[in-house]
Amino acid sequence: FFQYCLSGHPTLPCNVLKFKSTTIMLDCGLDMTSTLNFLPLPLVQSPRLSKLPGWVLKDGSTFLDKELKECSGHVFVDSVPEFCLPETELLDLSTVDVILISNYHCMMALPYITEYTGFTGTVYATEPTVQIGRLLMEELVNSIERVPKAQSASMWKNKEVQRLLPAPLKDAVEVSMWRKCYTMPEVNAALSKIQLVGYSQKIELFGAVQVTPLSSGYALGSSNWIIQSHYEKVSYVSGSSLLTTHPQPMDQASLKNSDVLILTGLTQIPTANPDGMVGEFCSNLAMTVRNGGNVLVPCYPSGVIYDLLECLYQYIDSAGLSNVPFYFISPVANSSLEFSQIFAEWLCHNKQTKVYLPEPPFPHAELIQTNKLKHYPSIHGDFSNDFKQPCVVFTGHPSLRFGDVVHFMELWGKSSLNTVIFTEPDFSYLDALAPYQPLAMKCVYCPIDTRLNFIQVSKLLKEVQPLHVVCPEQYTQPPPTQSHRTDLMVDCQPPAMSYRRAEVLTLPYKRRYEKIEIMPDLADSLVPLEIKPGISLATVSAVLHTKDNKHVLQLPPKPPQPPASKKRKRVSDDVPECKSLKPLLSGSIPMDQFVQTLEKHGFSDVKVEDTAKGHIVLLQEAETLIQLEEDSTHIICDNDEPLRVKLRDLVLKFLQKF
Amino acid sequence: RRFPDFSYITQNGRLTDFLDCVIISHFHLDHCGALPYFSEMVGYDGPIYMTHPTKAICPILLEDYRKITVDKKGETNFFTSQMIKDCMKKVVAVHLHQTVQVDEELEIKAYYAGHVLGAAMFQIKVGCESVVYTGDYNMTPDRHLGAAWIDKCRPDLLISESTYATTIRDSKRCRERDFLKKVHETVERGGKVLIPVFALGRAQELCILLETFWERMNLKAPIYFSTGLTEKANHYYKLFITWTNQKIRKTFVQRNMFEFKHIKAFDRAFADNPGPMVVFATPGMLHAGQSLQIFRKWAGNEKNMVIMPGYCVQGTVGHKILSGQRKLEMEGRQILEVKMQVEYMSFSAHADAKGIMQLIRQAEPRNVLLVHGEAKKMEFLKQKIEQEFHVSCFMPANGETTTILTNPCIPVDISLGLLKRETAIGPLPDAKKPKLMHGTLLMKDNSFRLVSPEQALKELGLAEHQLRFTCRVHIQDPRKEHETVLRVYNHLKGILKDYSVQHLPDGSITVESILIQATAHSEDQGTKVLLVSWTYQDEELGSYLTSLLKKGLPQST
Repeated sequence: FFQYCLSGHPTLPCNVLKFKSTTIMLDCGLDMTSTLNFLPLPLVQSPRLSKLPGWVLKDGSTFLDKELKECSGHVFVDSVPEFCLPETELLDLSTVDVILISNYHCMMALPYITEYTGFTGTVYATEPTVQIGRLLMEELVNSIERVPKAQSASMWKNKEVQRLLPAPLKDAVEVSMWRKCYTMPEVNAALSKIQLVGYSQKIELFGAVQVTPLSSGYALGSSNWIIQSHYEKVSYVSGSSLLTTHPQPMDQASLKNSDVLILTGLTQIPTANPDGMVGEFCSNLAMTVRNGGNVLVPCYPSGVIYDLLECLYQYIDSAGLSNVPFYFISPVANSSLEFSQIFAEWLCHNKQTKVYLPEPPFPHAELIQTNKLKHYPSIHGDFSNDFKQPCVVFTGHPSLRFGDVVHFMELWGKSSLNTVIFTEPDFSYLDALAPYQPLAMKCVYCPIDTRLNFIQVSKLLKEVQPLHVVCPEQYTQPPPTQSHRTDLMVDCQPPAMSYRRAEVLTLPYKRRYEKIEIMPDLADSLVPLEIKPGISLATVSAVLHTKDNKHVLQLPPKPPQPPASKKRKRVSDDVPECKSLKPLLSGSIPMDQFVQTLEKHGFSDVKVEDTAKGHIVLLQEAETLIQLEEDSTHIICDNDEPLRVKLRDLVLKFLQKF
Repeated sequence: RRFPDFSYITQNGRLTDFLDCVIISHFHLDHCGALPYFSEMVGYDGPIYMTHPTKAICPILLEDYRKITVDKKGETNFFTSQMIKDCMKKVVAVHLHQTVQVDEELEIKAYYAGHVLGAAMFQIKVGCESVVYTGDYNMTPDRHLGAAWIDKCRPDLLISESTYATTIRDSKRCRERDFLKKVHETVERGGKVLIPVFALGRAQELCILLETFWERMNLKAPIYFSTGLTEKANHYYKLFITWTNQKIRKTFVQRNMFEFKHIKAFDRAFADNPGPMVVFATPGMLHAGQSLQIFRKWAGNEKNMVIMPGYCVQGTVGHKILSGQRKLEMEGRQILEVKMQVEYMSFSAHADAKGIMQLIRQAEPRNVLLVHGEAKKMEFLKQKIEQEFHVSCFMPANGETTTILTNPCIPVDISLGLLKRETAIGPLPDAKKPKLMHGTLLMKDNSFRLVSPEQALKELGLAEHQLRFTCRVHIQDPRKEHETVLRVYNHLKGILKDYSVQHLPDGSITVESILIQATAHSEDQGTKVLLVSWTYQDEELGSYLTSLLKKGLPQST
C-alpha cells in the first residue's frame, strides 16, 4: 500500500494512505508559517505600518513597491495573509473515502479539502477535537474578516519576479498555491461532514478496514489512529505526549504489534523542557508586572493556555500578583473556557476525580469567579472600560500577524517595561517579531511543546516494536541548526523510512492470509480427520460469496436432479459443466491389506509381481493391471466402468484426501 | 429480603470466579443499590463497568440510601460508607461506543439510553455472538436528555426492559401542558404546590419545564428546590452536559439550562411564608424527610396541591394519597386530614410498547427477552414482537433459566493465494454464478486455516499420491490409425466445445490433461484400441470420455 505526503510540515501533517481498496487521509494540517511573510493586520490603521517604505529592486525599479514593504531590513507582502495548503495535485482528492483527524491543530485545512476538491466522504474526529477545532477556525476567520484589506497582492508570486526577491520570500514554496482564509459558511459545511467518535471505538470502513482512535495525551480529545485489517496494522502516531497535563494519558499498549508505525507531530523544540519553560514563564511574568510593566502572551484560545492558567492559579498568591488583572481576549474566549469544563471524560484522572465531586475540572472557573481572570470577545466594548494596567493579556494569534495581539504589540512595543512572552512553538519568535522592529519591549521565549521528544520516541518504539517506522524526512537527520546533535533524530532498526512533501511512498508489508467465514451448515458437513497428533484437517468444497469485502463460504448447492421424464438425451447434455475439482491424495497403499481387500470384494485371481519401485497387482480374469508404487497408483483396465469405479473406491479407502 | 439472591450465580464458590465482569446500566437504585453488598459483603473483585456520569453519581445515591436505611431506620447488616468507597474503586468508567476488551474474548460497548443522565445500553460480544442489554431506556427525547440509539448490530439476543409493555403513552407535550396548567392555576389562586421528587433525573426535567414557563409567562411566584443533593445534582448536569440533548448542548455556552434563574434554594422557614409558591422537595414518595414535612404543613388547605410525578411504593404516604386515602395516621396517633388537591402525573422515562418495537427494529436481534414488567402486559407484547419480527421472544420468571440456541459462523484464515486463485477462476466473474472453491482446512490448537490442498500437503511434509487410470476403449474402425485418431479428434472437438482439445504431433490427443492414444488391435486390424489415461483429479471428465467413446464414432465424418 501507498502513502502520499501532501504536507511538508512535520507537525501539521496531511498524508493519504491507500490501504486495501480504501483511501484514507490522515490529518489535514494547514501550514500557517506562510503568514510570517505578510505585514500584520492592525484593527485600527497603524501610522507606523502605513508609513513603511515600499521595496525597491536593486536595479531601482519600483513596480513592486505597492505590494512589498520593507521593515528593518525585512521585506513583507502588504496583503491579506495567505496560507500554504496541502498538495492538491498529487492525487485526485475526490477519491478520498475518509479523513481521520488526530487533534484540533491538525484539521485547520479541512474546509479547503472538503469544499474545494469534490470530496464526498466522511471525516472522523472526537467531540473535543471538533468543538475546539471549530473555535480555532472561528477565531481565525473572525480575526481576518474583521479587517477587510482592499489590496490583494499577486504580482510578487510570478515565478520570474519571485526569483528577484530577498530571502525568505525568494525560497517560499508553491506560492501560487497559497490561499486566502476560508469563510464561516465553508467552516460550517466542512464541520457538518464530521462524524463524532470516541476513544477505542471500532469503526468499520467498507468491511475492509477498521479504524480506531486512541488517546494520544497531547490535547483534549487528541488521538492516534489504528488502521487495521485482520492481518495488517498501521499505527498513525500524530501529536502525542507522555507528560501529565490536562488530557487523558496516551494509550501506548494498543500501538503494539504494528506492521507500520507512521510517526508525526513530535516536539518542535526538542531541547526545551516544558516544565522548565512554565517556570520561566511564571517568573518572567511576575518580574515584569512587579516592575509596573504589562505582559503579552500570544496564544491559541485553547490548549496550553489551560495549563498556564492553572499554573498561575497556584502561583499568583505566592508571587503577590493577586491584584493584577488577567485578560483573555478572543472571540471564542468564553466558549473555550466553558468547553474545557464539560469534557470530563477526556481529561486526566485527577481532573476526572474533581468532576465526580462535582467540581469544575479546571481552576480557571475559580479565577473567573473571583474576578482575577476576565475574558472578552475583543478589545472593543467592555474591555476598553475595564482595562487596567499593569496587566497580563492572553490573546491571539501567535504568528503576530492578525488578531488583537497586533494591537497590543503596537501599544506596548515602545516601552522596555513591557514583556512579550512566547509560549506557542509553532512560529519562530524572531520571524514573528520582524515587522515590529525596532522594538523596545522585552521578548522572552518560553516555548511549551509537550509533544514527544526523541528520547521518548526511542523509548516508545522499543516498547511497541513496530516492524517499520515511517516519518517525515526532518526527523531522520539532526536539526539543520544543530547538525552535531545526532541524538535529535529518530533512531530505530530497521532505519525509519522518510517522506517529504509531494512524495509517494510504498510501504512494505507482506500479507498472506485473509479472514473468511464458514457458514454453520457447511461447518456441520465437514469431516475432520486427525492426521498428526494435534493437527486435524478437513477438505472443504464450498461456494465462495464475496460482498462488501467480506468473504463467506457456503454449502455448494445440491446438483439439480435430472427431471424423470426427460426425453432422449443429447450427447452434449452430459458434458461436465465445469472442471469440478477433486481433492489431492496422499498416503501409500499397503500391499498385503490391499490384496486382502480385493479378495474380500470377490477378486479371486489376484496375482502380485514385484517391480523395482513397488508391485504390480494383476486381476487376470478382468484383464486389469494395478501398478502400486510409494506415491502413485495406476489402474489399467478395459473399458468396464463399474469395475473401474469399484477399484477406484477400494484404492481411495487407503488414501487421505486433501 | 432486601438484596437480590446472588446464590443463583453460585452456591459454593467465589463470585469472581463465576463472573467475567459486572455492568451497571445507570444510577437508579433498582439497578445499582445492591452493588456494595454484592462486591464487598458477598465478595466480588472483578471489574465493574459503568459510564462516567453513573460512576460520579452512583456513590452519592448509595450513600444516601445507606444513611436512610441505617442512620434513620436503624437497620443493621447493611453496607458501610467505606464499603461504598471500596466498591467504587473496582469501577472502570467507559465512554459511549468505546469497545472495552474485558478479556481476550469478551468485549463490551455502551450505547446512549436516555432515561437518566449517563444511562447506557450495553452490547456484550464474544466472537460473532452478541447480547444487548438495554437497562432502562427512553426512545423519545425529553427536555433534558436525548433518545436512546443503537446501530443495526444484529445481536443474537436483545434483553429489553418492558416496564410500559402495552402503554402507548399520550404525547409528552400534552402531559407537560397539563402539568403547567395545574401548577399555574394553583399559584394564580394563591395556593402552594408541592412536587416530591428524587434529586436526580425527573427533577431536572421538571425544573427546566417550569423555568422556561415562568420566563415566558413572566410569573413572579417563587420556585424553590429543597437543598442537599439537588444543588449538587444540577452541578453534575452542568459538567456532564455532553450527555444531555442536542439543544441543551448547543446553547450551553450562552445559557446553561441547569443554571436556573427562577428556582432558588429552599429554606425550611419558607414553608410558612404566606402567598403562592412551588417547592420541589425530596424524597419522591413522601416517605420521609423534607417533602413529608412540607406535606404535613400544607395538607390541610384545599387551595394547595401536591403533584406526584412518579410511581410510589406501597406503604408510603405517596401511595396512600394516590389511592384516594384522605385521612392519614401519622406518628403519635395523630390524624392528618388531606384537603389539598392530589395529582398524579407520570414523567418517568421508560420506553413504551412503541419504543420497544422501535429499538427492536433498530438493532434487528435474532431473539428478544423481556424483563421487568407485569406478566400479562408482557405476554401481549411478546406476541406482538413474535408476529411482527418473526423472532423468538422470551419472558422468564425470576430464577428461571432460558437457553437460546445460536448458530454462529466460524471465522477462519484463508491463504491469500487460495482466495486470489478462486476469485480469478472462470472466464468472467459472473455475479450470479456461485464460485466453487476447494481447499483444505487445517486445524491446529485453536487456529483454523484454509489453504490450498498443495500447501496443506507441503506444510504437513506429505507427498502427493497420484492415482491414474488408463482405460482401453475398443473402436471398430477399419481405417488407418492416424485416420482413426483424426476422426476421434474431430468428434471430441465437436462435442467438448468448452474444453481444450488438441491433436499432438506424436499422434496422440489431449483433452485438457487427459491423454488419448490409439493403437491397432494385435489380432483384429479392424479394431482400434484407444488408451484413455487420466488422473483422479480429472475423474469426471475421464469417466465421461470413456463412456462417450464407447458409444463409437459417428458414421459420417
